[in-house]
Amino acid sequence: MPPTTRLITYEFEKPILELEKKLEELTRLAHEQKVNVRDQISEIEKTIEETKQRIYTDLSAWQRVQLARHPVRPFTLDYIRAIASDFTELHGDRLYSDDKSLIGGFATIEGQRVMVIGNQKGRDTKENIMRNFGSAHPEGYRKALRLMRMADRFGLPIITLIDTPGAYPGIGAEERHIAEAIAVNLREMMLLRVPILSIVIGEGGSGGALGIGIANRVLILENAYYSVISPEGCAAILWKDRAATPKAAAALKLSAKHLIELKLVDEILPEPLGGAHRDAAKAAATLKAALLRHLRELLAMSVEQLLEDRYAKFRAMGQFEIAEGIVQSQAE
Amino acid sequence: MTGVKKIKSQKSAAKRVEIPEGLWTKCKGCDEVIYNRELDQNLRICPKCGAHFPIGAWQRIASLVEQGSFQEMDSEMIAVDLLKFTGVDSYPEKLKQSREETGLKDAVITGVGDIGAHHIGLAVMDFRFMGASMGSVVGEKITRLIERCTAERLACIIINASGGARMQEGLMSLMQMAKTSAALARHARARLPYISALTHPTYAGVMASYASLGDLIIAEPGAMIGFAGPRVIKDTTQSELPRGFQTAEFLLERGLIDVVVPRKQLKATLVRVLDYLMPPANPAPQPAAAV
Ligand SMILES: [Zn+2]
Repeated sequence: MPPTTRLITYEFEKPILELEKKLEELTRLAHEQKVNVRDQISEIEKTIEETKQRIYTDLSAWQRVQLARHPVRPFTLDYIRAIASDFTELHGDRLYSDDKSLIGGFATIEGQRVMVIGNQKGRDTKENIMRNFGSAHPEGYRKALRLMRMADRFGLPIITLIDTPGAYPGIGAEERHIAEAIAVNLREMMLLRVPILSIVIGEGGSGGALGIGIANRVLILENAYYSVISPEGCAAILWKDRAATPKAAAALKLSAKHLIELKLVDEILPEPLGGAHRDAAKAAATLKAALLRHLRELLAMSVEQLLEDRYAKFRAMGQFEIAEGIVQSQAE
Repeated sequence: MTGVKKIKSQKSAAKRVEIPEGLWTKCKGCDEVIYNRELDQNLRICPKCGAHFPIGAWQRIASLVEQGSFQEMDSEMIAVDLLKFTGVDSYPEKLKQSREETGLKDAVITGVGDIGAHHIGLAVMDFRFMGASMGSVVGEKITRLIERCTAERLACIIINASGGARMQEGLMSLMQMAKTSAALARHARARLPYISALTHPTYAGVMASYASLGDLIIAEPGAMIGFAGPRVIKDTTQSELPRGFQTAEFLLERGLIDVVVPRKQLKATLVRVLDYLMPPANPAPQPAAAV
């Protein structure tokens, strides 16, 4: 990880940045002029800690979206490298091409062999072009399904890591029927006879996220978001004004704490203060522990239970009214 | 997920008679001015050029099912403002306005009825109701219909139109894609046929779920169909869109659609394909009589 001060920071993080600069200066001064400023240093350190607590524990929806999109936030491959002893990437949809924005392959985590699928963003411009900024084409969804069906045949549990601004809105994507590719995944994932665990690690961008998100358990990182539409898109359509993006983010209730209240996700994984990128190793350790815990529970279930559990989970999502009183959608 | 702008809502037939400015429509196909009464009598197809205009759910149902056979399901189901959505307009206001304009409670009518000799499950979406966006009500009604079709071993037919998921219900609306597709997974596993008809416009969350999952996918002529709206694609890619991009005919050429069927032939087509998929009391083929 690069030093904290080199990280790209957002407006709301400025007070921390300024304090950190002050601390750096003071440390340099102490070193150069051999003066004892230990008291001032510990005073500033304390203030930094308090400021961080104050800022990061009460983030707005839009601020969390920004953290979820942070360019040095750990991506799918970072988590795989951190938690798996082996990763054998597999390529291609056997139909058209290999989509590098949606990757997959065999992985071994603490001796447990799994099939892992995930959206992949790029770290720099060059890689981002290759990764299409994490926006998959139909080939990505079709590759994912090919690999998941293989996992189904050979009894490997499936882990999906979700981190996409959305499926790609492009000409080729439409010509090769991206909507159909996503729809087929929604239907087919429901029938896979192995445990499926999804974790939203950054951006849960609408249908593009859901296309690998039909799971027995859906976990979400504290600062990740999962939304029906991007806040920018929502602002443009409903407010007819891009400047309303923070308002749209709040209105959409897309943050982890809202989603768990709505029973749309099963668990929130806490992040290091300031976001997963501030301590990637710690974030990965949290994710790994949760992943293994849920996997253990799911592996204890029979195939019939897994299928029933997955169906009932999504079947229960929906709120409506009949004549009087709010009714929760219920499993048959 | 909402990819297309809402087209201007058509006033209901009853109101149109009273409002002079609602008496006629300018055809997008041939620029002719057509009387709405003439349009309604012609299943909302331009009598001059054959352009298909969006049609109300009830008028569509009447054009498809045998008279008196349709039994509506879940007619009292209505949306709730689960997020207390605070947009420019409030969600309850939007719902109220759409209910008044259309006489519908939400964007889909579901039920069972007869088409020819076939007893089937039928859902018809109505674009006039908030762009036929899919929230909890649409998702739940479609799911209940599919589940009933699975339980009673019925073919399921959905006449689609939609701008996508209903933003005002946030992620809950996205999850309706999962719920409806899950029900279709079980319907398909039971080896029952599902026919999806795509009408203008069918986009985004609905297209990326049940609308794309038909054993047969039928489309109306000229219907715009896709995942992302054309403007979003143009803005993202900064390139010109191919001629006819996202039209039914374009997608037929590119392999998504089984057949493009004009509205007036839809019923006959459905009956014919259902005869193949769900033959009524299949008699064994008779050997040709000896001459
Ligand atoms: Zn015309």
